[in-house]
Amino acid sequence: MKVGILQFPGTNCEYDTQYAFEMLGCSTEIIWHQETTIADSIDLLVIAGGFSYGDYLRSGAIARFSPIMQAVQEYAAAGKKILGICNGFQVLTESHLLPGALKRNESLHFISQHHHLKVASTNNDFLHKMPTDAVVNIPIAHHDGNFYIDPQSLQELYNNDQVLLHYCDAHGNPVNPNGSVDSIAGICNKEKTVFGLMPHPERAMETILGSDDGRMMLEGLVAN
Amino acid sequence: MKAIVNISLKAGVLDSQGKAVHHALDALKFDGVNDVRVGKQIVLQLDESDAATAKEHVTQMCEALLANTVIEDYEIEIIS
Repeated sequence: MKVGILQFPGTNCEYDTQYAFEMLGCSTEIIWHQETTIADSIDLLVIAGGFSYGDYLRSGAIARFSPIMQAVQEYAAAGKKILGICNGFQVLTESHLLPGALKRNESLHFISQHHHLKVASTNNDFLHKMPTDAVVNIPIAHHDGNFYIDPQSLQELYNNDQVLLHYCDAHGNPVNPNGSVDSIAGICNKEKTVFGLMPHPERAMETILGSDDGRMMLEGLVAN
Repeated sequence: MKAIVNISLKAGVLDSQGKAVHHALDALKFDGVNDVRVGKQIVLQLDESDAATAKEHVTQMCEALLANTVIEDYEIEIIS
């Protein structure tokens, strides 16, 4: 299985992401934003975390118009799988490949810490290996992770089983670190092919670094 | 021709920065402030000399890039 990892000016998680997927037995390719095509051999496209274009204007807003993004739109339209982590999630909402928007954290602070998450839906290719209601410990590191969606679109997310993860405490009780609607940490599109989350599973691959819960999450995408 | 674009969070979308500024004004004993909203202003210098055409162009810019209409409203002022 081959994983393509997008790299914009300001992306800084591409090598962690590469390390994580290679650990799971994948071959990888870093794809610079000036490229205009995504090779047919790419089975999964990951938009890695960081601060594309310095987060100027809005996080992900400028990256959306990079040359590679037309190919990303076509890749998504073809029903191929895309995972957006942190800034990647922001790029996906700005590109309208995922609904909603990521606002400034309610506290206005950059939050960098391990955080527990509760799995809301396993009926998708990303989290299908995890038990429903599983609680995992995954780092978050963001300034603009406050997920907003209007009430009607939120209801559609729930109706279509598109809410993937909620922030919670170690016992699975809801906790809201950043002001997100319903403490939502990750969602997918209606077709369940495009996934976005603010937490960083690629930083939770080894217990020596605090948690290897991210492994089980990323393995879900690798198994398909 | 100059265009001034004011972008702010939509009514109903919580403006945390506005709230923080409001608290700070309260702490400084500036009374009588009912609400604070923080936005951003983008100033564009344009070649266009027709105000209506300029406004149309800038509207397209706002819809495409300058504002995220999921959470933000924008106002355009054209100055000759």
